[in-house]
Amino acid sequence: MPTAVPALVPSATLIDAKPVDYLILLVYFVFVLGIGFIARRSVSDSIDFFLSGRSLPAWVTGLAFISANLGAVEIMGMSANGAQYGLPTVHYFWIGAIPAMLFLGVVMMPFYYGSKVRSVPEFMFRRFGTGAHLVNSLSFALAQLLIAGVNLFLLGSIVHALLGWPLWLALILAAAIVLSYITLGGLSAAIYNEVLQFFVIVASLLPLTLIGLHRIGGWSGLQDKIEAAAKAAPASAGVAPASQQLHSWPGQALTGFHSGFLSVIGIVFGLGFVLSFGYWTTNFVEVQRAMASNSISAGRKTPIIGSFPKMFVPFITIIPGMIAAVLVTEIGQLKNGGHPAGGASGKGVAFNDSLLLLMRDVLPNGLLGVAITGLLAAFMAGMAANISAFNTVFSYDLWQRYIRKDNSDDYYLRIGRLATVGATVIAIFTAGIASGFSNIMNYLQTLFGFFNAPLFATFILGMFWKRMTATAGWVGLSGGTIAAVIVAFLSKDAFGSLSTGALPLSGQGASFVAASTAFVVDIALSIAVSLVTAPKPDKELVGLVYSVTPKEARTDPLEHTYPWYRRTVPLAGVALVMVVILNTLF
Amino acid sequence: MATTSQPAKKHTAGAFDIRNFIGVLLGIFGVVLLFMGLFADKEYAKTGNINANLWAGIVLVVVSAVFITWARLRPIIVPDDVEAPAVDPTRPGPTRH
Repeated sequence: MPTAVPALVPSATLIDAKPVDYLILLVYFVFVLGIGFIARRSVSDSIDFFLSGRSLPAWVTGLAFISANLGAVEIMGMSANGAQYGLPTVHYFWIGAIPAMLFLGVVMMPFYYGSKVRSVPEFMFRRFGTGAHLVNSLSFALAQLLIAGVNLFLLGSIVHALLGWPLWLALILAAAIVLSYITLGGLSAAIYNEVLQFFVIVASLLPLTLIGLHRIGGWSGLQDKIEAAAKAAPASAGVAPASQQLHSWPGQALTGFHSGFLSVIGIVFGLGFVLSFGYWTTNFVEVQRAMASNSISAGRKTPIIGSFPKMFVPFITIIPGMIAAVLVTEIGQLKNGGHPAGGASGKGVAFNDSLLLLMRDVLPNGLLGVAITGLLAAFMAGMAANISAFNTVFSYDLWQRYIRKDNSDDYYLRIGRLATVGATVIAIFTAGIASGFSNIMNYLQTLFGFFNAPLFATFILGMFWKRMTATAGWVGLSGGTIAAVIVAFLSKDAFGSLSTGALPLSGQGASFVAASTAFVVDIALSIAVSLVTAPKPDKELVGLVYSVTPKEARTDPLEHTYPWYRRTVPLAGVALVMVVILNTLF
Repeated sequence: MATTSQPAKKHTAGAFDIRNFIGVLLGIFGVVLLFMGLFADKEYAKTGNINANLWAGIVLVVVSAVFITWARLRPIIVPDDVEAPAVDPTRPGPTRH
């Protein structure tokens, strides 16, 4: 076995896996598929019912809440951002996730749970009727297909990097595994997988981070290396100064704003308020976890318990990315404006390859197997979550409501299964497109982000202002989305060469401004339209709007009997204090 | 586990307790890594002179033991009769089989 670091030795595969690595991967799949078979064959109704959903302890639903989001886009994307921009990437977690998760648990969950809807779009339907419901469910279903495709593409590129198979074969094989995993696993196995996946990911990324830090001389060594690299970088590469890469605030490396003050405003309002609240409080993939719990109290605690592990995820995703930028030769070259060959796609190294290349350089065989297993598990579970959320919305919100209204439950289950197969096939094609035109996928994702931004405005206004009318619902949503798209066209690069550059905005800063515009336009339009149209009668809004919902329907009567660490609001307070401390430390 | 003869006794979820499931999987990973750390190439050039497999293996085995012990000490009790979820007319869903 070679003892030297095989940094630049050309090889057929990106990672040199040995039989022991495959063994670890195999053990994981035997566990995942095996539990599906056993669960189906021998579990009595009562155990099945008992364990799959309604009585699960809160730490399990909380971890499932986090795991549903911990897919390929998050792990690869955040480490890529870490390599490119450095520490400001933590804002996607500490500003861009935790406050919104706490808000979901404390303020919004009572309405989702209390109104007994089956999905987020269904809440939209009850509150605002058909127009807003169609806009919401169609854009959600399309976005899920797209994200499933992106997840599949990243999954396929790992298999390609690992085994050296052609990408199309890797895509079809990975899709087949995900399909069997969804159909075999069923309800109980789905929950096992998400929680199990969380621990496998920690077991794979934590050693990677610690060994990487050890190799580079600890935290201070990382700081020194990033400072040296930023000084040595050619001006044409546009590498942010080390001080911006090593401190989370004001985050100019991320927003691209020249003014530190505007950068802070952009992050707090655009990312922290509009984008993140839009995502975490209205995205059905996440909210579904909390909706399925056994009491309103457990439902509210699910995102809050999830916020504790979520706070520490950046340490095992962003920090490895930052290490890769100074430890992995190819990523360093890329950051300096070079175009090193290789990479998972085979078309040159990209920032998305940071984690894989760092694994190649620092993990011994054995740990390498655990790391690969963690990534594959995350990507498959992520894709499975997208596809199953798509199923629910497609079957109940689109098919049942608009196409075939009154059929048997079995009929809708069958439609759900067909939708699973259909979604998987479509994901293969989307993944194929993603491999050829990565920029198009970025723009599409930006576009779907614009559907999310005004959603939160409509939800929050609808929940607290009973005067808001059904017409205002869909007018606000469409107006907000259109406003965001216009800003993106006027920016420098949000839609690539299609953008005109009339506004001096680029990078993440452009999408923060676009989202903020969408929010403001949505609120303004909704208020204006509401004042000239007729509101719904109060009795149709019970459970949906704050002022007409009795307190008993919004709270758990037993909540005050629990010790403080099992109550929603004190737990949320602890999480908030911890995240403030983290922000001041870094 | 048949509990028909002792109607008062409740049985534990056993292998279907997710803590056992996590514990066993991480335990297997830990043992494989321990074995690699002791007998295989240590690959010190990659890890910077630490036996990464050995240490990771030890930690995984300890975590695995914690999960299994936790599940032993506070087992999930499956009641013999679980009430079927009530059919809620405002929240129709697929029927359970």
